[in-house]
Amino acid sequence: MAERQSFVGSKQNHAGARRPLDCVIVSLLDVIGPVMVGPSSSHTAGACRLALLARHTLGTQPTVARFTLHGSFAKTARGHGTELALVAGALGFAPDDPRIPDAFEVAEQAGLRFEFESADLGDVHPNSVRVRLWREGRDPGEAAVLDVMGSSLGGGLVKVFSLDGFRLEFSGAAPTLLVRHQDTPGVIARVTRVIADDDVNVATLFCARKRKGGEAMMSVECDRAISDAAASYLLHLPSIAWLRQLPTVMSARSDGAHVENATSRAAT
Amino acid sequence: MTLAELAAATTSASAAVLDDQGLSGQERSELLEGMRERLREMRDSIARGLANDTPSRTGMVGWNAKQLWEAPDVLQAALLKRVQAYAMAVNEENARMGRIVAAPTAGSAGTLPGALIGIGDHLGLGDDALLAPLVLAAGIGEVISKTMFIAGSTGGCQAEIGSSAAMAAAAVTELLGGDAEASVHAAAMALMNTIGLVCDPVGGYVEVPCVSRNAFFAVHAVSSAQLALAGLRSVIPPDEVVSAMASVGRLLPPELRETGEGGIADTPTGRRIALQLAR
Repeated sequence: MAERQSFVGSKQNHAGARRPLDCVIVSLLDVIGPVMVGPSSSHTAGACRLALLARHTLGTQPTVARFTLHGSFAKTARGHGTELALVAGALGFAPDDPRIPDAFEVAEQAGLRFEFESADLGDVHPNSVRVRLWREGRDPGEAAVLDVMGSSLGGGLVKVFSLDGFRLEFSGAAPTLLVRHQDTPGVIARVTRVIADDDVNVATLFCARKRKGGEAMMSVECDRAISDAAASYLLHLPSIAWLRQLPTVMSARSDGAHVENATSRAAT
Repeated sequence: MTLAELAAATTSASAAVLDDQGLSGQERSELLEGMRERLREMRDSIARGLANDTPSRTGMVGWNAKQLWEAPDVLQAALLKRVQAYAMAVNEENARMGRIVAAPTAGSAGTLPGALIGIGDHLGLGDDALLAPLVLAAGIGEVISKTMFIAGSTGGCQAEIGSSAAMAAAAVTELLGGDAEASVHAAAMALMNTIGLVCDPVGGYVEVPCVSRNAFFAVHAVSSAQLALAGLRSVIPPDEVVSAMASVGRLLPPELRETGEGGIADTPTGRRIALQLAR
């Protein structure tokens, strides 16, 4: 599915035309922080956060994880604990989790198979990774494989720029609503109306579709998560196939791992 | 906010940074509580690093901080030794995959606590005195991050250690009574004298030259603060210095941006170590 939409040639995230952090909400605690397990904020903490975002999007423990490393990630992964951090994120660990150095053993015990490969992902930030997670017992409306691509921008800041082949952007710095829907008139308006009626402010909104009238997806970073009632209302709209609320991963801490279950929802 | 605006503040630089965040009273106290926690975590990593000489995963580092800390003070410069030992303690914890505070990155995590907490301890100051300077350090880092990615893979080591030294220089300047202008110029002078530094980790590990580099740049930050507190200023406006660093970062070839393929990593010994580690 992702292969259909190539993002080779995209200029996004590259250190040229755009200001680096246009789409990332930065707090002073992200500059002096994160509190993390070493050795690299971009290659360890950032990698962990990208995989954690993928894990939150999946909503459950994956059974297989495949990581494709690009650029500096591919060149220096082992020295930076990138591989351990990616597996840790897929397991749902936060960047300060003391179990990160033992992530491979934990994955084995938890029944998570993982593999790594290197590839050129195109004109993207040098610290980029493609995370593919497989899970069993998937819900209707969900793909068999979750396919997330993102970049670690430095200092632990991250940005997802592709989800299942849809070009979206979100940073994990705010609660994020992901909606998979049919490309029909008025869907975006209905979703944003529900968010507005819930008195929630939108920070960023990205929409993408595979083709006219086909599958579409949106990512909405909000100042807070929308209510369960609002999410459930959205899920029952006929043009909406799937919805997920991601907690912020920027403030995720190892003693707060339970957050995922409280705030993620899958279509039923 | 630009560095020029920050330098022109009539309040302390840290107060100007806080005001610029546009926070509610609640958010403001949460931020300060978060910073207090960062200080505790930094102190904790310093203590662990000074007491621990367990080699890192590669065996290249791990004992440097403890060895220096316990060595005789040959220069009779206790402050210098403390700052260097604290900085390396944090980065050796980092190399052991221990718990640290990225400031602004993990590879440069020792510079700010080395300089700020090092001076604080030297002068017998507690965390209350260090809190505002830490906020200022974060504000300086935030301004830099608006102009360039703070990552060795995009800007070379200058982006990481240069930023950390600039942040530390401003923080130390404010701690020692410097006004907003002095603090911002301390940051600019630290940055100006880091421009061009490449990221060339041996074997791709955040160990050599990263651990000793934090000791050097913690002292670099203190030097810069000393100059600024004496009234010295950067001839090039601070914002232009940041832009210059960003443009040098763009000129750096990939080999010198955290790929482990140039510089110290690309020496005969560096390559041999990398080969051994890859096995």
